[in-house]
Amino acid sequence: MPNLKDLRGRITSVKSTQKITSAMKMVAASKLRRAQTAAEAARPYAERMECMLRALAASVRNSPTAPPMLIGTGRDQTHLLIAVTADRGLAGAFNASIGRATRNLARRLESEGKTVKLMTVGRKGRDYLRREMASRIVGEVSYAGRKSIAFADADDIGRQVAEMLTRGEVDVVTIVYNRFQSVISQVVTEQQLIPLPLPANENEEPSAGPRALYEFEPDEETILARLLPQNLSVQIYRALLESAAGEHGARMTAMDNATRNAGDMIKRLTLNYNRARQANITKELIEIISGAEAV
Amino acid sequence: MPIDLEIVSPERLLLSRPVDLVVIPASEGDIGVLPQHGPMIVTLRGGTIRVYDGRTVTDELFVAGGFAEITPERCTVLANEVVPLAEVSRTEAERRLAAAEAAFAAADKADLPAQEAALEAQQSARAMQQAAGAA
Repeated sequence: MPNLKDLRGRITSVKSTQKITSAMKMVAASKLRRAQTAAEAARPYAERMECMLRALAASVRNSPTAPPMLIGTGRDQTHLLIAVTADRGLAGAFNASIGRATRNLARRLESEGKTVKLMTVGRKGRDYLRREMASRIVGEVSYAGRKSIAFADADDIGRQVAEMLTRGEVDVVTIVYNRFQSVISQVVTEQQLIPLPLPANENEEPSAGPRALYEFEPDEETILARLLPQNLSVQIYRALLESAAGEHGARMTAMDNATRNAGDMIKRLTLNYNRARQANITKELIEIISGAEAV
Repeated sequence: MPIDLEIVSPERLLLSRPVDLVVIPASEGDIGVLPQHGPMIVTLRGGTIRVYDGRTVTDELFVAGGFAEITPERCTVLANEVVPLAEVSRTEAERRLAAAEAAFAAADKADLPAQEAALEAQQSARAMQQAAGAA
């Protein structure tokens, strides 16, 4: 049986851990609200842009001069995977699940004879993937210590990716991130960015679509050449925001669990403590009584 | 009959309301958009968006570039960066202009797209400077 002093010490330490986890939960909750608002505010732009792209893409798709960002380089050899994680841990399986998904995807592609390059966003993903895939990492970004993510950050990544594409270093680009579904569930999502996957309905209705009505200034291809890199950045931005919201959601849930577990532990320890205390008193009483009887 | 104007930046929806006339700085010249305008998709250069209710200008916004989609009922501006004219910073404009000029000087003379991009950035920075001067 542990002595009373040890038990008291453990109870105090679990109590202060509980205070920390419950404070972290509160912080995560308020950050989550902000992150969610940011993600929602970014939605209209992405939607409008998709409309425009749809109107444009159909007309240029089949021409041989279509930009590689839309139809790819025509090869399928080098894959770039962008893994989006958080900079900080203590968020349950949030970071590990991205790491695992990226690693599995990379393994699968490599077993098919493809070359894999990795780019990590966030410190945790970099640390995870560096352990066994360090040689494949071509770039890393981290926003540690930043309050919010600006579009310019996503634009930077987009530009790097676009450069790699024009230099012919990559053929297919996929981003792996946690999509925010609800506070308790984040879904690991693999989204292909290049070549741009088409909305299914587009292939079925050829030239008769609404795009035929539009006038373009300057011509379609010039607009497309500017719209596509922008769209790439917007897609990355969206992934970053979703991931940020997911991170806070995951941390909130994890910290909620931790707080509850600490509560259970405190209850158990207190019970043990009281039992031990009572046993001690009983033992002392017995000693006194049997001592008195012996006299 | 008014036309629905929407101005969105990647970060948020800035303006969404019916207006009588909006003048947008398209890359090949300003376009005044009235209701029942023919459908168009245009790219924007750096410049000022002017929103009219009746004959008075209600909003003046600086855009650094972007795209616009025009249909008979609505006009959607996808701007890279939107700032109300009064808040345009002259020092920021000058900094950008210097950066754009340096980029143009550094650009490979054979690399036409890079040169064009640098020129476009220069134009956008000049427009920003002008906007800051007007405010």
